[in-house]
Parts: sequence; structure tokens; C-alpha cells
Amino acid sequence: MTQIVSDFGFSPLDKVINYEFYDKASKTTKAIDLPSDADLKLFAGDLNQLKIIRIDFPSFADGRGFTLAKLVRIRGFKGHLRAKGHIISDQYAMARRSGFDDVEISQDLADRQPETEWLFRSNWKKHYYQSRLGFNKY
Amino acid sequence: MYNYTEFDDAFIKARNSQFRNQVKRRINGNLTEDEFKPLRLMNGLYLQLHAYMLRVAIPYGTLDSAQMEKLALIADRWDKGYGHFTTRQNVQFNWPKLTDVPDILDALAEVKMHAIQTSGNTIRNVTADHFSGAAADEVTDPRPYAELIRQWSTDHPEFQFLPRKFKVAVTGSKNDRAVIRAHDIGLRALLRNGKIGFEVIIGGGLGRSPMIGKVINTFLPEADLLPYLEAVVSVWNTLGRRDNKYKARIKITVHEHGVEKIKQLVEDRYNEILSTFSGVNHELLEEIKSAFAPPVFKSKGTKYFDIAYKENAAFRSWVDTNTHTHKISNYSIATVSLKAHGKTPGDATSDQMRQIANIARHYSHDQIRISHEQNIILPHVHKSDLPKVYNLLKSKQLNTANIGLISDIIACPGMDYCALATARSIPIAQEISMRFDELKLEHEVGHIQIKISGCINACGHHHVGHIGILGLDRAGVENYQITLGGDATETARIGDRAGPGFSATQIVPAIERVILTYLKVRLNKHENFIHTYQRLGIAPFKQALYPKESQSPKIQKKTYAA
Repeated sequence: MTQIVSDFGFSPLDKVINYEFYDKASKTTKAIDLPSDADLKLFAGDLNQLKIIRIDFPSFADGRGFTLAKLVRIRGFKGHLRAKGHIISDQYAMARRSGFDDVEISQDLADRQPETEWLFRSNWKKHYYQSRLGFNKY
Repeated sequence: MYNYTEFDDAFIKARNSQFRNQVKRRINGNLTEDEFKPLRLMNGLYLQLHAYMLRVAIPYGTLDSAQMEKLALIADRWDKGYGHFTTRQNVQFNWPKLTDVPDILDALAEVKMHAIQTSGNTIRNVTADHFSGAAADEVTDPRPYAELIRQWSTDHPEFQFLPRKFKVAVTGSKNDRAVIRAHDIGLRALLRNGKIGFEVIIGGGLGRSPMIGKVINTFLPEADLLPYLEAVVSVWNTLGRRDNKYKARIKITVHEHGVEKIKQLVEDRYNEILSTFSGVNHELLEEIKSAFAPPVFKSKGTKYFDIAYKENAAFRSWVDTNTHTHKISNYSIATVSLKAHGKTPGDATSDQMRQIANIARHYSHDQIRISHEQNIILPHVHKSDLPKVYNLLKSKQLNTANIGLISDIIACPGMDYCALATARSIPIAQEISMRFDELKLEHEVGHIQIKISGCINACGHHHVGHIGILGLDRAGVENYQITLGGDATETARIGDRAGPGFSATQIVPAIERVILTYLKVRLNKHENFIHTYQRLGIAPFKQALYPKESQSPKIQKKTYAA
């Protein structure tokens, strides 16, 4: 069962969301998938027409998703931002600070990265140098 | 120097407990080796040829006596009694056990030290002019900005999984002692209408595709520094190649897209970032700046110095090579050579570290610096204390009078330590050093910079050595290529390949031929090697290196690609 990880731990993904791939979106699209190498110029709509944006992490070593998330927030997106894919618990604080609301992982990954390990990193507002220096005011 | 606040202490404590946990999860299998690797690299832990290697951060190469003593303790308790100071102003321990590393990190935390982001695809240690705050030719001490950049880059949420490593260097002087033109970002502090700003240089780097950086901004105002850097790294994080790790550094990105295109992308991103940046808290900035206020310098005569200089030839020799003019009259910047003839360049024993700490505490206002040239600097020594300092250094074999001379060689650890190496570098450095000591030619030769790398990654910075030596592997046999005319200063230049490589037995005689040629063709003893090279070009040296070729021009030796 796919798990959604938030500051409170795991909750199983029980809703079905129909994501449109971002470069195929129309003016009525409510949910889009962004790949890690997305070029936001290819998204034809307005960010704030969307309820949810999901950004893919094909590998935990591919940090482009964090920059994408930041960009989307800087450009005024106020909706739900979800990271999906190969993300390890050690990246949870990075995800929250980059503007993600939560993280979507497979059951396999959840088995190897149990809830306690995500909760261990859920205090993402603490020890946060960048915020202290005036960044990420979104 | 910067005083760690409660915030910094708490950060390190949390970080260390995270790492302890990561080690546990690696051992119990919750983290694969692939997942553990970037996490341990983020905490400076490499897996090398013989053992793990821990690279401890020395932010902008600055530390005090308590910190140096802790490094000595770590060397004794958890290592083999020595450490290696690196070309990025850090220190490396070559023999820690994985299970001891969390304890070592806790020991470091006691003196406000750490190994954060000294490795991995992160923003690395921000290096700075090792004469910062002491040299007379400085517009401003660049280290408060290095500290600001350190904080900004520490555990940066967006930049922990970059395409590759990212290195920043800062200088406050026109005379570039920080090699800023061979860094991903080099910053030179400037004064314009009484305000501080920065010349920003992008895309310098060595390794297999050496490039000198390009100016992307001629005057970046102080207040814009962090958001601008954020824009640069953000653009590169997106564009930098992830399909080929040899083409991932920003120097390649600039090369492939063009500096004007990159500059535009950075400007655009910078303008967007500004909307979510409230500016650095003014108090925080002032707190950092005030931490770098100069010490209370003493006012004394130089009688003891004057007498010793006149009467003690060895002391005079050391002063002439190892000290540099300080901005305060009657003070001196003293360089402690870690290049004793026949010893490993950049290594210091725990005993030597303790002696340096002792000297710094009493005679250098408790300040120590590490230079990218793998030597240790005592930045604030009153001249009248120099004789005492010299004797204390001498008692621990730290008094070698060779700074800037041919035996002051920069060499990477090479195949004796490093899993990436293709050749040994340390023995070559030792042989060259001993050979010229034996020939008694060091002072005759004068200022020259030899830099040796044991593989294409160029950690020894051979590309920017006046003479560079690159150790490769040719069908299982070590083969050393020579480059000439490189320059690591404000007149930065990548050296020219001289020709086919030399075997381990031939390389030192080859270097000897280059030096003897220099002595023969220089205008006079005031013309340094690099100036002779600039005047005459490679021809006379090539001829000396490959004499058979010049006699029979028809015989074409095959040139080996780097």
C-alpha cells in the first residue's frame, strides 16, 4: 500500500488522484505530474489552477526535485505539493523545507524506511540555517 | 574567529545523532550501501584504499589552539598519530574505524568542529586566503563572508544532491592566494564608493578538463551575495548533467551553454528568489563580522628579533623564506613548513600539532591557518617573538626554511592512500625535495611551485603549478607527465603539456633537466622560473626534456592523450 509521509508519520494513500503529465495539461487540469527534469515552460496552464502538483524522484540521488519544488513555490503556487518516488527518510526535512507538503513512497520503501525513521526527521523547522538567514519565506 | 552560538552547537549535536543513526541503519540493512554512501560522504567519510578516511572541515582554513589540540587527540586516540592537511584547507585522518566515527564527530563537536559537507555532491568547505586579516594588501577580511556562505550552504535543503561537488573560494586581495580562478565560484571582495561588493568568477576547475573561471559579475553588492549564489547553484542543479559524472561540474555547464546564457539564467533566477528572501538579519551579520575583529596587537620593540636576525644564520634563513609582511608594523605572518625534506607533504604528527597549538596560543593571538599549499600559518606573530617561535618549531622539526622554494611541493596523497589514484605522488615529491637539498640549489633556484597529482582528478592542483606532474598508469606501470607554466594566482593559467611521460626512475632527472635549463637561460637570479617561462616559452625546456627528439627531428614520439 502506497504510504503518504507527513510530519505525523505514515498514512496509506486511499484516494485515487488522476494526474495529468504536466506538458499535456489543459486549463481544467487539477493535478499534474512533474518529472525530475521538467521544464516549467512546457506547462501551459496557470499554477494556481492546480490543486496538487506531484514531483518525481527517480533516484534519491537526483536532487532536481527540490529545486523544482522551490521554483513552483517561488512562483506563487499555494496548493498541495507532493514528492514521490525514491526518497529516503534522511531527505524528509529537505523536502519540507523546499516546499513539499508530504512525500509519497511505495510499501517496499516504507518497509525499509519505517515510520520511526521519518518521525526522527520530522522536526524540520529546527536547526534550519537557511530560514534563519532570511530564505524560504513562502 | 567565528564563535559558535547555541544554534550552531545544537545543529552539530543533532547532525551527529542523525549520523550515528545512519550508521546503525546501514549495519542493520535499512539503508543500502548506495543510500548510505551519500549520507556518509555528507559527513566527510570516504572509503579509501586501506581504510575509511575522515575529512574534517576547517572552515576557511581557520582554527585555534584548542581545536588543533583536539585534532592531535583524535590522531592519537582513533588514528595512527598523524593527520594530513589538504589543498582545500581541511584535515584528513586516514585510518578511522566506521564504528568509531560517531565518537570522533562528538569529540570534534566539543571544540565546535565537524566534518559536514567535506565530501559528496554538496557545497564543500568555503576556502579563503590564508593570510586573511593579516596581509597588508587586503581590501577587507573575506572570512565573514566565507562564514555567511558556510551557514547558508550547511544542510541546504535544495543542494544536498547536486549533480556533483561545488567548491567556493574567497579572497579580499587582488593578489589571489586562494586560487579563486580554479573554483566553481571564486569571489574577490572589492570596494566601490566605500561599499563592499564582489567580483564573481564562475566555472573554474581542474581535474580532467581544467578551465580558468570566467567573470559573471564585476560588482555584486554585499547584500545580494547569498541570493545570487543561491541562483547560481539552483540553475546548475537543474542544468548540470546527471548522465555523465565527468561532465557534471558547472565549468562544463558554462562551457556547453555559454557564459552569457548562464549569466542570464542566473539573473532571472536571482530576481525570482528575491521575492522569498527577507534579507540576512542585520544583527546576525554584524555578529559574524565582529567575530573576525582583529586581536589586540601588542606594541613592542624588535630588539630580540634584530639581534637574532643578525647573529643566527639559520634563523635569518628561516625568516627570509618563511615570513611575510603583516599589515601591522613589527608583526609578521609566519608559515610553518610541513614539507621537511623527505617527509610526506602536508602531514603533521600529533606532537607537532600540539606544538603548533602551544605556539599559537602564546605567540599568535591563538590563531592558526591552513593554506591550500599544505602548510600551516601563524598569522599574527610579533617580530620580537619570532626567535622563540623558531626555536619551538625547531624542537619538533617544524623549522624547514623552504616556503616558496622547490621543496615546498604540493602533493596529493596519491596511490599510497587514495582509491582513485593511478600513481604514487608522495615518493616523487620526497625525491625531488631531497635531490635539490642534496644539490644545494634550493636558494639558487628561488621561487618555484611544483605541484603533483597522483591521478587525473588533480587534487594536487598540478595544472596550476609552475611545474606540474601528473601520475598516470600506462599498462600497469607508473608514468609521469610534466606540465609547465601553470599559475595559481591572479594571473591564473593552465600549464602546457611538455610531451610524453616519464617513468618513476626518469621523472626526477627530467625535473632536474628543466631546472638546470632554467638556471642557464634566466636573465639573472631575480627572474623567477615562471617569468623565464613566460619570456621564452616551452621550447628550451622541451629540448632539455627530450634531447634525442631535438637532435633527430624525424623521430616523432607518440604523444599520449591525458
